[in-house]
Amino acid sequence: MKALGQNVPREAMLAAIIVVLLGLIGLRAPVFLSPGNLLGVLTDTSFLFMLALAQMAVILTRGIDLSVAANLALSGMIVTLADRAHPGLSLPVLFALAALSGLILGAFNGALIAFVEIPPIVVTLGTLSIYRGLIFVIAGGQWLTSNDMSRSFLAFPRDTLLGLPNLLVVALVVSVLFWLLLNHTSFGRNLYAIGGNPVAARYCGISLTRQIFAVYILSGVISGLCGLLWVSRYGIAYSGIAQGYELTVIAACVIGGVSIAGGIGSIVGALLGALFLGIIVNALPVMQVSPFWQVLVSGVIILLAVVLNARSEHRAGRLILKTPAREGTP
Amino acid sequence: MAAHKDNAEILLSLDGVSKGFPGVRALEAVRLTLRAGEVTALIGENGAGKSTLVKILTGLYRPDAGRLTVAGSDVKLEGVRDAARHGIVAIHQETVMFDDLTVAENIFMGHMPKGRGGFVDWPQINQRAARLLAEVDADFSAHARVSTLSVAQKHLVEIARALSQEARIIIMDEPTAALSGHEITDLFKIIARLKAQGRAILFISHKFDEIFAIADSWACLRDGVHVGEGRMGAVTQADLVRLMVGRPVGQMFPQRRSPYGPLVLEAEGLSHPTEFADISFSLHRGEILGFYGLVGAGRSEVMQALFGLTPISAGSIRIDGKPVTIDSAGVAISVGLGFVPEDRQHEGAILALPIYQNVTLAKLQPHTKHGVLSRSSELAASRAITGGLDLRAAGQDQAAGQLSGGNQQKVVIAKWLATNPKILILDEPTKGIDIGAKAAVHEFIRTQAEEGMAVIMVSSEIPEIIGMADRVMVMRAGRIVAEFAAGTATPEKLVAVASQDIEVAA
Repeated sequence: MKALGQNVPREAMLAAIIVVLLGLIGLRAPVFLSPGNLLGVLTDTSFLFMLALAQMAVILTRGIDLSVAANLALSGMIVTLADRAHPGLSLPVLFALAALSGLILGAFNGALIAFVEIPPIVVTLGTLSIYRGLIFVIAGGQWLTSNDMSRSFLAFPRDTLLGLPNLLVVALVVSVLFWLLLNHTSFGRNLYAIGGNPVAARYCGISLTRQIFAVYILSGVISGLCGLLWVSRYGIAYSGIAQGYELTVIAACVIGGVSIAGGIGSIVGALLGALFLGIIVNALPVMQVSPFWQVLVSGVIILLAVVLNARSEHRAGRLILKTPAREGTP
Repeated sequence: MAAHKDNAEILLSLDGVSKGFPGVRALEAVRLTLRAGEVTALIGENGAGKSTLVKILTGLYRPDAGRLTVAGSDVKLEGVRDAARHGIVAIHQETVMFDDLTVAENIFMGHMPKGRGGFVDWPQINQRAARLLAEVDADFSAHARVSTLSVAQKHLVEIARALSQEARIIIMDEPTAALSGHEITDLFKIIARLKAQGRAILFISHKFDEIFAIADSWACLRDGVHVGEGRMGAVTQADLVRLMVGRPVGQMFPQRRSPYGPLVLEAEGLSHPTEFADISFSLHRGEILGFYGLVGAGRSEVMQALFGLTPISAGSIRIDGKPVTIDSAGVAISVGLGFVPEDRQHEGAILALPIYQNVTLAKLQPHTKHGVLSRSSELAASRAITGGLDLRAAGQDQAAGQLSGGNQQKVVIAKWLATNPKILILDEPTKGIDIGAKAAVHEFIRTQAEEGMAVIMVSSEIPEIIGMADRVMVMRAGRIVAEFAAGTATPEKLVAVASQDIEVAA
């Protein structure tokens, strides 16, 4: 991304790490590098691509959205229930419903954070439990499976467009939209400004309240859409789907160089961070790492990637001449 | 205690101390002597280097050159704790404390007495804290939470903290800034007691009546250079003001070349519940209106209110004769106001964003077509403006955080010029920059005014106010207390009206 010159080397480094990683995996399990398998890995990572981009937008404002996976699961359940009750509903209607559900859940977060001014981590930690709990309530504790879903609903993620699975196509479209939104609209610019220096942003006439409210709505809508895609892809909806996935999403952002302190992050970085995690998750079983070890190994690798990134951020993000401006009499 | 003369024991002396930052010379060959049982007043304008000197004395900065002698032996201070070990403790202007901890915990923070097994010795802490509080005549308990104390009481905690470290040299940086009349009297009694105990006190204040009331000797800094020292009895306030301000005022500033334009801004009776009251003034196109006052007089608060960042409780604003309600910075920008804040690095630039994105941030809509920003339009606008300011950068894509301090300031100024304001508010426009760069900023302000921009310049520097402003408003304790037409303000008059002791009835 050109807009943040200082990030170019970091993203290039992450891309290099990914290439080396793929090379190492290929030595041990050449089949992993087959085009078919790589396409599978990309498709598998689609959810992470989209959720990481939405999470990045939130983190840019110095916020965090821990409720994304719960929102995904609840929206997924709502769509599935609607599909079961009215099997004739067309896909666009179901998509609209998923987006609306995500929007409302996101707006609830956003209202508490932007207007009531409760810290994002507290709000979304609370709504994480509420949204998970609501799944149980609205579904009466049932697990809905592919038997409860209409044929077109189940087929959507697998159907292909120009040889690519729809799921991946949606992720690509969402990525392009985020690129436009963050790099080429004043809304996106304002997110960077708010996170980079909230006081300066206020002096520039940017309404922090409105922008922050909007960014949680955005995060909610993406979660809702992912909810539909998730249940239709895996053919199951219950209160435990995507449990803990919010942490994977945040890890993808951090690996991708998105600064938790706000104001720094790029589309390419977040996507590479997600891809890195997607490769690890898919490669460990192929490399016959015991399932008991997989979690540990992926944790160590994530930490290594973050340490490498943190070091480069330290160099690029330092304040030159911090002291003299504070000089003079207070 | 009045008997101490030049033969009193020297507790601390500085000789030839220099300190520089990239692009700024903060102190140059400064000397200072503090004697046992004496209060020494450190005098100087904002930016003269007083704070840097305090930071050197407390070990926060290491001097580039020079000698520091404490009680006869050369020392190199490695930090605040090391300074405290040598008996040097500073009490800060805005007392920095742990509000949710008790008084006793605050007094011993960082040097908690330890008992058996390395655990904190609470009985000893509470007992010693109570004794120290008695010593400073405190009327609150050692168990009180600091958040429940007044500013004056917090000062006492700070003094008790200094005493707990057996400080022999106590630095008080504007200790009276937030105190009422009788609280100041109480503080002076305690200072007198500290003197009688043989401690040396470095007293920093802008208020001359206080300096004459409490100090035994003085030292004066100007632009980071030592310009004089002596006994209080041998000088007058006028002598000190002259030394402090120094340069002949007026000649080094760009002069007005054309007359004012029409009235552009009228503020009437602006008030805030706590910060300022009844502020009225007017401003013409092409005019530079100066706002002078001591730190804390409420000038910045008035400007923030004018800019919609702080709500006002009463008053009205007219721009070009039309009443306007400015309730957000967005509205302020749309009615033609621009605001270059005082703390430009922390309130001005977005360090992670590239230069051109900083410059266009306050007004993005001219660069937007169908909701999409045009990079080329942004770049063109930014190049045009930063070029005029002689910005030194590798390119427009360089992150603002990678620029030098002076260039970051230019980016912030460019941002406000990019909004094409009718009225530009500059809060301390030359704070923290070198003399050479100051002249460039002054020339720039004058040029903008000549081109018809109305400028409000808040400044604490007397020469700048007198040299630049076409009219000067003086604020004290949240009110406008004087107005000087062009050519009528003198340093003596400004200091007199701005620093008059505020005898609060309380």
